[in-house]
Amino acid sequence: MLRKPSPARATATEQLARTGRPARVRPFTVTGGRTGAQLHLGAERLVSAITDRRYGHRLGPEELAIYNACIAVRSVAELAATTGMPIGVVRVLVGDLAKAGRVLIHPAAADVPKVALLERVLHGLKDL
Amino acid sequence: MVLKTSDHTAPTPAEPPALSVKLVIAGGFGVGKTTLVGAVSETPMLGTEAQMTEASIGVDELGPKSAKTTTTVAMDWGRLSLDPGLLLYLFGAPGQDRFWFLWDDLVRGAVGAIVLADTRNLESSFPAINYFEQRGDIPFTVAVNRFDGQLTHPLNQVRDALDLDPAIPLSDCDARQRGDVLAVLRDLISHALSAELAH
Repeated sequence: MLRKPSPARATATEQLARTGRPARVRPFTVTGGRTGAQLHLGAERLVSAITDRRYGHRLGPEELAIYNACIAVRSVAELAATTGMPIGVVRVLVGDLAKAGRVLIHPAAADVPKVALLERVLHGLKDL
Repeated sequence: MVLKTSDHTAPTPAEPPALSVKLVIAGGFGVGKTTLVGAVSETPMLGTEAQMTEASIGVDELGPKSAKTTTTVAMDWGRLSLDPGLLLYLFGAPGQDRFWFLWDDLVRGAVGAIVLADTRNLESSFPAINYFEQRGDIPFTVAVNRFDGQLTHPLNQVRDALDLDPAIPLSDCDARQRGDVLAVLRDLISHALSAELAH
């Protein structure tokens, strides 16, 4: 399967643009070089930590940062902003955390009936 | 799809499942996308906004009328809580041509898009309009940003100049005004709803 190189390039570009110098650690080092999450997580996708002490396995510092940042429900974009990690890295690590049972990935808008969803959004906007 | 462990002692998440909906704000460089998102967002903007450096001067055409000194390099986003289980996220698409490669990823899963236009530089909104026209799967509207509160051309002239399909809603707004921006958002969702019902 062909995979576009854009996530890695995008994050390197972001880093360069934000700091004016290249990343000291290449962004996907913490993901073991993986640039694609197994499921596509949109930047708006919501994630929350599952708090259960029975799941005792150790988290790496990056995973732990994400876990702690989503004690209250947060989007992938917010997790990237609050941890300072590129969004592509956050996607991969959130996928790992979900697989390990440490975070819940909330449903995507595409998983629910569209008309009812849009009506709910419209209703919400009218109430603001 | 909700990912859970298959463990029979299913742990409880800290929060009940919530839904998020994404809208994309597109348009040319310097058209006011960041302002629009900031006007309605309930959270401080945490996007990646970098100061323009000397290296980008001459690359970004700002024109003499613009006082803009920073630009959005990756993406800005804002959040609105619509009801206890529903969050609306607005993502500003990067305006410069060199960030086009980010668009497909950003737009994926969006329920709609707003193309923000500036009548002083209408051409800058052509690429975004072309993009959504060609995709055909994301409902979109066009909103003219009234810079300094002035609409310089009647909307019917703008529609002609943009060669915009009559089915695409066109309105004007002051991107700094929350009420105006909320009206633009409601128009977009109404349009998306009509499109969905017509399917």
